[in-house]
Amino acid sequence: MAEATLPHGRPEVYEPSLFGTYSKKIGMWLFLLSDSLTFGALLYSYSYGRISIANWPTPFHSESIVNATIMTAFLLTSSLTMVLAVRAAVHGDAKAQRLWLLATMACGTGFVVLHGREWSHLIATGLTLPVFPAMPGHATTGEFADVAKNVPQFPATFFGLTGMHMLHVTLGVVYLGVVALRRNFIPILLLCWLGAWLGTPSYSPFHYGAHVLLIAAIICSVILWLKPKVYDAADVEVAGLYWHFVDLVWMFIFPLVYLMSARII
Amino acid sequence: MEAFQQIIAEQVAERHRHHAKAQFFWVWGALLVMTAIEVYLTYQNLKPVRMLTILMGLSIVKAALIIGFFMHLKYEVSRMKWLTMSSLVICLVLMSIFFFPDAFRILYLGVK
Repeated sequence: MAEATLPHGRPEVYEPSLFGTYSKKIGMWLFLLSDSLTFGALLYSYSYGRISIANWPTPFHSESIVNATIMTAFLLTSSLTMVLAVRAAVHGDAKAQRLWLLATMACGTGFVVLHGREWSHLIATGLTLPVFPAMPGHATTGEFADVAKNVPQFPATFFGLTGMHMLHVTLGVVYLGVVALRRNFIPILLLCWLGAWLGTPSYSPFHYGAHVLLIAAIICSVILWLKPKVYDAADVEVAGLYWHFVDLVWMFIFPLVYLMSARII
Repeated sequence: MEAFQQIIAEQVAERHRHHAKAQFFWVWGALLVMTAIEVYLTYQNLKPVRMLTILMGLSIVKAALIIGFFMHLKYEVSRMKWLTMSSLVICLVLMSIFFFPDAFRILYLGVK
């Protein structure tokens, strides 16, 4: 047992933490461990298809590799800005903390936009899933129309894995937005939802995927209404753990999915 | 947050206050350099198995840097480090037990 002085000055005895840190952080680590198994299973299923199917497609031209490399740079930079936000938070510099969090969100948004562009390009060239709405004039004639027909495991595992990661990045941006801006973030989130919903054509998967932002806005509103608070350094650190995990997962998706299926001529 | 949780959080924050800003920039630079190496290798048309081995090796180093420095696991107590990492590795090894026998069989059969 250790003794410490509580903030109100009354000496108390408390049980030291088994892991030397606070409960919220341990909770986030446990969540991340469970989530890493989700991604582990998805990566294994992709890899299994990659080695077991002889005519596995290699659809990523140089342009796609450059795009994915820029996306990777965005995520790595966002991890740097996130760790600087945590540093500013523990030093009590609220302004710097907010600015670094906003910079992290900007990098995350850039990643999602580039990823969305990559998906749209692949879908336009015929690489699609049966659940996606048909794209007028392209689906049957595109470069990868045969791939979707002959090796359906590729689009299934590709869109499953990268879609799950994109969802995590999107929710990460929302999470950081709530920590940085609290209630002020809700109208911004609703505007983003409207922009994404109305700005994408009806055959795009993002037209319906945008509703994730609406659901997130509703959930965040309920949380902020039920438990309004000023997020402290511990909250920023826990949010940072989640964000770094998203970056970490991409460090495996990028080489396994993109670099191992590159078509460099 | 309960009072004793606040005390622990303050102790953790105190540890973080001593982290030099420069080390984060070094880690970020190292991660970018390793990414550049990966992309360079893609343009070298290496054999798939060799390429996969190098890429996974680099990815594991990158993951270790992110977990250690950005996620601050390097600065946690050893009990935390061992419990989190060993449980993760054990679970991934269990997945591999199902994955690798078939993977090796396919590789030895010559399917590329």
